[in-house]
Amino acid sequence: MTQVIAPADEAGVAAAVAAAAAAGEPLAIEGRGTKRALLRPVQAARTLSLRNLSGITLYRPQELILSAWAGTPLPEIEAALAERGQQVVAEPPDLSAMFGASEAATLGGLVATNLSGPRRISAGAMRDHVMGIRAVNGMGDVFRSGGRVLKNVTGLDLCKLLTGAHGTLGVITEVTLKVLPATEACGTVMVTVPDLATGVRVLSAGLGSPYGVSGAALLPGPAPRALLRIEEFAESVHYRCGRLREALARYGEVRQVEGEESRSLWRAVRDAEPLAAAPDEAVWRVSVQPTAGPGIVVAAGLPKFLLDWGGGLVWLAGPATEDAHERVMQVARAAGGSFTLFRAPEPLRAAVAVMPEEPQALAAIGARVRQVMDPRGILNPGRIRAG
Amino acid sequence: MIDLPAPKPDVLARRGEILAGLHALVPGDGVIGEPARLRPYETDGLSAYRQPPLAVVLPRTTEQVAAVLAFCHRNGVRVVPRGAGTSLSGGALPLEDSVVLGLMRMNRILEVDYANRLAVVEAGVTNLGITNHVAADGFFYAPDPSSQLACMIGGNVNMNSGGAHCLKYGVTANNLLGLKAVTIEGEIIEIGGRHLDAAGYDWLGLLTGSEGQLVVVTEVTVRILHSPEGQRAMLAAFRSNEVAGEAVDAIIASGIIPVALEFMDRPAIHACEAFAHAGYPLDAEAMLIIEVEGSTEEQDMLLGRLKAICERFDPISLKVAETAEQSLAIWKGRKGAFGAVGRISPDYLCMDGTIPTGQLPFVLRRIGEMSASYGLQVANIFHAGDGNLHPLIMFDANDSKSFHDAEQFGADILTLCVEVGGCLTGEHGVGVEKRDLMPVQFTPFELDQMRALKAAFDPGWLLNPAKVFPLEGNPALRPAA
Ligand SMILES: Cc1cc2nc3c(=O)[nH]c(=O)nc-3n(C[C@H](O)[C@H](O)[C@H](O)COP(=O)(O)OP(=O)(O)OC[C@H]3O[C@@H](n4cnc5c(N)ncnc54)[C@H](O)[C@@H]3O)c2cc1C
Repeated sequence: MTQVIAPADEAGVAAAVAAAAAAGEPLAIEGRGTKRALLRPVQAARTLSLRNLSGITLYRPQELILSAWAGTPLPEIEAALAERGQQVVAEPPDLSAMFGASEAATLGGLVATNLSGPRRISAGAMRDHVMGIRAVNGMGDVFRSGGRVLKNVTGLDLCKLLTGAHGTLGVITEVTLKVLPATEACGTVMVTVPDLATGVRVLSAGLGSPYGVSGAALLPGPAPRALLRIEEFAESVHYRCGRLREALARYGEVRQVEGEESRSLWRAVRDAEPLAAAPDEAVWRVSVQPTAGPGIVVAAGLPKFLLDWGGGLVWLAGPATEDAHERVMQVARAAGGSFTLFRAPEPLRAAVAVMPEEPQALAAIGARVRQVMDPRGILNPGRIRAG
Repeated sequence: MIDLPAPKPDVLARRGEILAGLHALVPGDGVIGEPARLRPYETDGLSAYRQPPLAVVLPRTTEQVAAVLAFCHRNGVRVVPRGAGTSLSGGALPLEDSVVLGLMRMNRILEVDYANRLAVVEAGVTNLGITNHVAADGFFYAPDPSSQLACMIGGNVNMNSGGAHCLKYGVTANNLLGLKAVTIEGEIIEIGGRHLDAAGYDWLGLLTGSEGQLVVVTEVTVRILHSPEGQRAMLAAFRSNEVAGEAVDAIIASGIIPVALEFMDRPAIHACEAFAHAGYPLDAEAMLIIEVEGSTEEQDMLLGRLKAICERFDPISLKVAETAEQSLAIWKGRKGAFGAVGRISPDYLCMDGTIPTGQLPFVLRRIGEMSASYGLQVANIFHAGDGNLHPLIMFDANDSKSFHDAEQFGADILTLCVEVGGCLTGEHGVGVEKRDLMPVQFTPFELDQMRALKAAFDPGWLLNPAKVFPLEGNPALRPAA
C-alpha cells in the first residue's frame, strides 16, 4: 500500500511536491483515484491525493463562470449548476461502472484526462471550457494560466497544455470552467440501419444539416441504430427532429424519443454502457475521422464496439491481450487516428504503448517541455509513456 | 516607443550573403531586399510602430519554409512570421535584423471533406476565403474576425482569433483539428489530424494563440459547419450602461445564448450613426445588437422572448428586424465602427481587454473619467456575452504627446481590466503592444516559466523575438542601448 498525502490547501500541495522534488521521489497524482486503472500504472511509493482540496470557490451564473478546487466531486458541481439551470458543457462521462469505482470523479481528474462526452462534437471538449487553471509544477511552484473570463489570449495557453496531460506536467489545484445554460428539451431521432457504413452516413447527414445536432452515436446490435440528438428549446426540438426525420427516412426505419427517455439514452452513450465490456475485457478508445469509424470496427475484429462523435470516436472492447492491442494500434495508425488503451489489467497496461508514440521531433520538444515543468520527473512518471 | 533588442551586428554585416542564401532556397521573386519593396512589410495593424526588416521571403511550400528556417537557424538570423499583417498588437512587426517569413503565397485550399466536415488549407488562405469556398454547399468556417476579408488562417491560429459569433461557435482554438508546422530547426511536424482530441499532450492547444513564438504554421485542418437556416438581429437601446448590463444578465439567465450579443456605448453609437446612418437612437447611453439563428419560426420565437426581456428594462428603443435587409441595417453601423471612428479622429488605438461582464458599468465609468483626464475621446464596443471590451482611443499621430497619452491611456484601461478580474487581451494578442504590461497579469515566476516553454521550442530566441514576453529579465534578448 502506498502512502497517501492529502493536503487540505494549495500550499500543502506545493509543499508536498517541493519535498518530493528535493528527495527525487516520484508521486502518483490523483483526485479520488477513480481512474487509477486508466493508462499505465505509475511507479511511486507515495500518492498525492487532491481529495481534501475541495469546494466551489466562485460561481457567477450570469458570467457563465464557475471555479472550484481540483478535488471537488463532479456531482457537487453539477448540483450547484443545476440549481441555476446550467451545466458542464463537455458532458464528461461517469466511468464509475467501467472502472468499478465507488466514489465520484473530481473536477481535477476530469480536466487532467480531458474526458468529454457526446456533446464534444458540437460544443467542444473539456479542454475547450477550461478558462483558467491554478497548478503546482514539479518543483512545487504555484502558477496560474488563463483566468476567470471567457476570452483570454494573454500569454501561452497552459490551460490547454495541462488539460489531458494526465498530471505529468503539473498538479492542477483549481479549475475555472465556462458553463452554459442547460437546454430546455432534448429529443433523439433514431434510425435503424442495415450496416455501420450506412449508420455513419446517417450521422454525417445529421451533422451536416443546419439543425445543430449535439450528439451523433451508433449503437451496436444485429440492426445497428444511428442516434441524433437535438438539445434546444422545446419548440426547436420539435421542429428540428421533424426535419431530421424527413431527411433521414430513406436510410431506414425512423423513430423519435423525447424527454427522460432521450436523456437516459445519451447518458448511456456518454458512459459507454452499450459497449457492455465484461470486467476482464480491455477497453480502447480510438479517435479517427468519422467516416473511418466503421472500418476500424471491422479491421480491429473485436467483439464489442460503440461509435460516438459522428463515428469518429470508436469504443472497442475485447480480450486483454497484446495481440488485440497490437491490432487496435495498427488499425488506428493506418486510419491516421489516435488511440488509448483505456482500461486493462495492469500487466497489459504496463507492457504496451497505451497511446501513440510521438514522432521524433515532437518527442524531443515534449522532453524539453517536461524538463521545464517537472525537471526531476516526479509527477506521475510512466503514466502516459514508459521511461 | 517600445524597446526592441539590439540588432545582431554580424547579421546586419552579412546582409548580402543572407539574401543570396535565401534566394537559393526560394528562387524567382520570392525574396525581397530592395528598401522600397520592403516598405509594405515594415508595419502591421498597429501602424504607429514601423521597422523595415533585413529581408522578406515568400515561400510557396512547407519544404521551402523548412529550408528557410533551417538556414536562418544555422546563421542565427531572427525570423518574424507574417500572414496578412493585420495584427493590432504589433505581432508581425519586423526587427531590423530579421527576415520576415510571409505565408501569403501559400494560399491553396488543399481539400474539403463534407462527410467529415473539415477543410485542409495552407496558412496563407484568408479567413473569409475558407467560408467563400464552401458557402455554395451551405457550409462555413465559424470564427469570423472583423478583419476576415484580409487576415489569414495561419495568423488566426497564432492569435487564436475570435469574432462576433464566438459566443456560440467559439474562437479559433475550438474549431481546429490539425496543423502542419515547422520548427525553428526546420523540422516539419504534424499535430492532430482529421480527428478530435489526439491522445497525448495538447500541442494543438498550446500552439494556438502562441503568436509566432513556437513554430511556423504552414497548413491548417479546420472544422467546417453547415450554416443555420437563417439569422436575424434586434436592437435594444437603454438609458444607462448599468441598465443595459442588467438586460444582458437577464438574457443569459433566461437560458438563451444568442449567436451575437454586442454592446455599444454612447460615443460608439454616435460615431457609427454619423458614418452609417443605421438609424441608431442618439439619445441612448447604451445599445445592444442581439442576433439569433434558426428557421423563421425559431427566430420569431427567440426574438419574441428577447424582446420581452428587454422590455423589462424600460428601453428607449427596441427594433426587431422583420427581414434579412432590416437585420443588415442593424449591423451596418456596428460593422463600420472602425471606419466610423476613423472619420472622427485621424488615428485611433483599438484596445482589447476582457472583464467579468458584471464589471462593465464600473469599468465604463472609470474609462470615462480617464478619458476626461487625458483629454482623449474613447468609444467602447463590447462583446457583451463574453466580456471582451474594445475601447477605441482617438488621438492624433502627428502630435507625439497625443500618441504617448493614448498609449498610456490604453495601458491604464488594460491594467484596470486585470484589476477587476479580467485580462490584458481577449483576442488581439500581446504582441509588442502589451508586452511590457505582462507583469500586471503574471508573476515573475509565471513569466519565467512561459519563457522557458518558449525556449523549449526555440532555444536561441530566433522566432518572433521581442514579442509577448518583456525583455527585462530575459538574458537572451538584450535591449538596444
Ligand atoms: C480592422 C481590423 C479588425 C480586426 N478584427 C478582429 C476581430 O474581430 N477579432 C480578432 O480576433 N482579431 C481582429 N483583428 C486582429 C487581426 O486581424 C487578427 O489577429 C488576425 O488573426 C491576424 O491575422 P494575419 O494573417 O493578419 O496575421 P499577422 O498580423 O500577419 O500575424 C499575426 C501574428 O501571428 C504570427 N503569424 C502569422 N502567421 C503565422 C504563421 N503561419 N505561423 C506562425 N506565426 C504566424 C505573426 O508573427 C504575428 O505574431 C482585427 C484587425 C483589424 C485590422
